[in-house]
Amino acid sequence: MTYDSLIPINVITGFLGSGKTTVLARLLRAPDLSDTAVLINEFGEVGLDHQLIEHATESTLLLENGCLCCAIRGDLKSSLRDLFSRRERGEIPRFRRIVIETSGLADPVPIAYTIMAEPVLQHHFRLGNIVTVVDAVNGAAQLERYPESLKQAAIADRIVLSKTDLCEPAMESELRATLAGINRTAPVIDPARDGHDPARLLAQDIYSPEGKHAAIDAWLTGSDDKLSAGHDHDASHTSGVSSFCLWFDAPLDWTAFGIWMSMLLNRHGDRVLRIKGMLNVAGLADPVLINGVQHVVHPPAHLNGWPDADHRSRIVFITRDVSQARIEASLAAFNALANPAAATVERDALAPGALA
Amino acid sequence: MCSLCGVLGGRGHWTESASTPEAFASRHDATTRRRERQQRTQIANRVLKHYGLSLSDWSGASYILANRTGRTAIVNNLSEVWIAAEDLTRSECDPLDETLIADLGAR
Repeated sequence: MTYDSLIPINVITGFLGSGKTTVLARLLRAPDLSDTAVLINEFGEVGLDHQLIEHATESTLLLENGCLCCAIRGDLKSSLRDLFSRRERGEIPRFRRIVIETSGLADPVPIAYTIMAEPVLQHHFRLGNIVTVVDAVNGAAQLERYPESLKQAAIADRIVLSKTDLCEPAMESELRATLAGINRTAPVIDPARDGHDPARLLAQDIYSPEGKHAAIDAWLTGSDDKLSAGHDHDASHTSGVSSFCLWFDAPLDWTAFGIWMSMLLNRHGDRVLRIKGMLNVAGLADPVLINGVQHVVHPPAHLNGWPDADHRSRIVFITRDVSQARIEASLAAFNALANPAAATVERDALAPGALA
Repeated sequence: MCSLCGVLGGRGHWTESASTPEAFASRHDATTRRRERQQRTQIANRVLKHYGLSLSDWSGASYILANRTGRTAIVNNLSEVWIAAEDLTRSECDPLDETLIADLGAR
């Protein structure tokens, strides 16, 4: 079974009171999502009228050698196994997608890890977009005060701004700038203006045959250098979280890249919140897409041809207190091990003493 | 094994191109996996040398990581290599470490 034929699981997260259930309830009205099963972590005030709703209580099993993000969520494992088993037995409709709504203080990464690493689940499910709901009125304060809120925004594939009708335009644009600094790869969607489009929010990802190109467009926007030139994308003065894009002129050696990234994630996975990249891999005509959430790395994906004339590798990092200059110098040094002539980083070469 | 569908084992490690032939199809042939394992061992050894460690392929299925005193660990993929490397050296193996980057650049 190929990766793109697995059942996608979307995660809808967001801080307490951000409006996750309202977003979910509106999404579930769409005919496209009639064959979607829903798992919720807590019952909120907004009722969900949907035929396939399960409730999971939170329990986490920490693995030996594991950090907090590499923890199998026992409750989720059981719920997902049970859902799949009942689907196969014909006791419930054959859902084609699952949406998990987390509790407001949840860290979505163990959910992602459970889906990707649990021995049974990984044969049937894949992680889809992580959608984070941010309250336009209280979001800025929550991002600053609560690490849970910050992380939810940092690892998102899509950010939904709720309650924009209750906030001043200036406040909204400031929040958008903050969010772009934290996570430049996630399109920020205002349902009041853009509507609740299930395809855009949930289905467009790099493994979905029908949504791949729209997902790539979002990635390209996130890697655009003009983003950095336009305004300050470094939110680190308040949070330590920042996103940046590295470009590499020469093709990258896949083996050296894998050695580097696995080593980076082993040591800094708790601080490398997301990696999204379109790589020009030596020996391949088409780009390879990489996608990681902390220690959780999706299988690399193939893109049929380059989307534009620029064939340089581009990798967006969302990190907490990790130096861009060191990541750049380190990856260049590892790539040079495979082919000493290959590593040229667009920026000036950094002397080791100059590394911040 | 997946008890629901009977498939043995998990997906291969993301760093192994044979695990995702759809992404690496154009260069995939019968010898790629072996060549890639050889190359992986060679490049990893250049990094591991900095920590006094060495990696060798074990029958094309696993790897053996060893330190200079002969302590060894059997690992299945690169993620396990770095966990075992930190265990054997009782120190951090940090790719962002300035001295490692300088050491790699000097070779």
